[in-house]
Amino acid sequence: MERKKITKGFWIKLVSIPILMFFFAFALVPIYEVLCEITGFNGTTGRVEAEQQYEVNEERLVTVSFFASTMPGFPVQFGPKVNSIEVVPGKFYTVSYVAKNNTDEIVFGQAIPSVAPTDAALHFKKLECFCFVRQEFKPNEEVEMALRFVIEPEMEERIKDVSLSYNFFKLDS
Amino acid sequence: MSTISAVAAHDDHHGPEKGLLRWVKTTNHKDIGTLYLWFAFSMLLLGGAFAMGIRAELLHPGLQLMDPQFFNQLTTMHGLIMVFGAIMPAFVGLANWLIPMMVGAPDMALPRLNNWSFWVLPFAGAILLSTFFMEGGAPAFGWTFYAPLSTTFAPDSTDFFIFAIHLLGFSSIMGAINIIATVLNMKAPEMRLMDMPLFVWTWLITSFLLIGAMPVLAGAVTMMLTDRNFGTAFFDATGGGDPVMFQHIFWFFGHPEVYIMILPAFGVISHILPTFARKPLFGYASMVYATASIAFLSYIVWAHHMFLTGMPVAGELYFMYATMLIAVPTGVKVFNWVATIWKGSMTFETPMLWALSFVILFTIGGFSGLMLGIVPADIQYHDTYFVVAHFHYVLVTGALWGIIAAVFYWLPKWTGKMYNETLGKIHFWWAMISVNVVFFPQHFLGLAGMPRRIPDYSLQFADFNYISSIGGFAFGLSFVLFAYIVVDCIRNGKPADSRPWYSAKGLEWTLSSPAPYHSFNTPPTRAEILEESQHS
Repeated sequence: MERKKITKGFWIKLVSIPILMFFFAFALVPIYEVLCEITGFNGTTGRVEAEQQYEVNEERLVTVSFFASTMPGFPVQFGPKVNSIEVVPGKFYTVSYVAKNNTDEIVFGQAIPSVAPTDAALHFKKLECFCFVRQEFKPNEEVEMALRFVIEPEMEERIKDVSLSYNFFKLDS
Repeated sequence: MSTISAVAAHDDHHGPEKGLLRWVKTTNHKDIGTLYLWFAFSMLLLGGAFAMGIRAELLHPGLQLMDPQFFNQLTTMHGLIMVFGAIMPAFVGLANWLIPMMVGAPDMALPRLNNWSFWVLPFAGAILLSTFFMEGGAPAFGWTFYAPLSTTFAPDSTDFFIFAIHLLGFSSIMGAINIIATVLNMKAPEMRLMDMPLFVWTWLITSFLLIGAMPVLAGAVTMMLTDRNFGTAFFDATGGGDPVMFQHIFWFFGHPEVYIMILPAFGVISHILPTFARKPLFGYASMVYATASIAFLSYIVWAHHMFLTGMPVAGELYFMYATMLIAVPTGVKVFNWVATIWKGSMTFETPMLWALSFVILFTIGGFSGLMLGIVPADIQYHDTYFVVAHFHYVLVTGALWGIIAAVFYWLPKWTGKMYNETLGKIHFWWAMISVNVVFFPQHFLGLAGMPRRIPDYSLQFADFNYISSIGGFAFGLSFVLFAYIVVDCIRNGKPADSRPWYSAKGLEWTLSSPAPYHSFNTPPTRAEILEESQHS
């Protein structure tokens, strides 16, 4: 019996698998982002554009704690003004963080937020935040940076404590 | 490609070329298999030397021999060299030698590509190793090269590491394409898929894992490269990227990778146990389906390496259950092996000893894997020596054991000579005892909380580390004896029969020993295939 001939179609199919998988690795980047937004993986927080009306249950209280950290080599002192507040889900609150540039040079930085637990991240919405844009710190200047947020009432009842943390990264410009 | 039958017709006129250039220019699958195996063995000795350095530093608490940075370079390079330089090339070498003979094909489907796949390796290895001599030293971020350790905080030599990984991946992908084409198109026309021996089956499935997973690794290191040099921010939080995403992409490759390193060993064991138990393999079809199921599941469990990255509970539950599920097809295989030797007329020649100890020790590694897959337990075990013990049980006494078993089993076919059985047995017991002295105490160290990748440790870990290091030196030394046995076999071995193992089945045993330079110019007949099939 004759041996089989290998067709061109076979090669095309075979070689296209590794090529497709190479691009799939890059496709994972947007897939991952969308997944984080939908599910709140990694404590990704949401954003609202305007103040909305929520059904408010004044009886229900959630403690929100604020944390701050900076990457090694970031020369700005950074921390929350108050360590925690009690909030009613559905109401908007404003808190602020304080930052002081300890150097004689202008420093640029970007704050990256994260909310824990993950199930709360989905319902933690920010109206206004210093993390939305890059921050510029003038030499030896102390600034207060505002944050306005709401916890949506849809958040599960069992969650009584939510923590929000910011990590400041240095930017070159 | 369309002239395979024409090539086969004129093949018997020439043998191997004379001189050293034979090895550079060869397109013969047996030559290339030999090259792969020697390359893998030299890398094994080198990676082993790194491990000796690690164990020497860990012999006593405190820092004695090296600074922590160099220790980290050793752990990183030990992992990379063993995975990409030793285990994977060794299995490709076995595939090159055995698959064409097992399926009754004259050679691999793409002989020139085959030559290229091999000759990329020494260069990739040289680039990777040259980083030791560069400013800032070799990569020191662990073989998993997590960002940002490997992007923002890595030495400049990391770009050489990236290029080496690209080359190694390229070699593996080309090798896998070659194997798929050989198995699907070059097997004897009378051989059906479910007639194929299990080593061929496991390698076919492994090849699909390779072409699916290695390109993802190539993508990951490409992103690292552009993050480091071209201002992208895939893994940089300031630019909107995410370092945790690196771990997802890495382990999307990394988990199939661990099955790439073990499935061919499963195939080897499924050949050796029936031969020395003098019974056909139990449950041939279920072995094939189990291998395919393991391969499929390996793509959907990757995040069990990342339980501590802050995953939602639902994600942890899913990845835990999916991981547990892999125990089912793996259990099918282990029970089939046990059923194969059950009430068999067993004899304990060296390959059988390796195969039997594979079944026992690999299963121990599998069990510690199950323990690690349990989320609440993993929170305790993560990044401790328990993990180190686990993956050395599956990779040393699993993958490497399979390779050594294969070498002893097919050495008479490759060389035409018989190795020294007494020395083979001494080597086996030496390695078998010492490997457990190295790695078993590491379970206890891990459970007691000793972190991995640390050159120094608290005093309470001193005793077990001392035992582990002494075992490590003994285990390392055993490979000198292994090298001696192989060289002694090639030089002084007694001539071997074409079927040196009574009751061994397989088309490769119908060829003379050593296997002729060109084999199966005429494909075997249906009767021959059935006669040599593993199952009746």
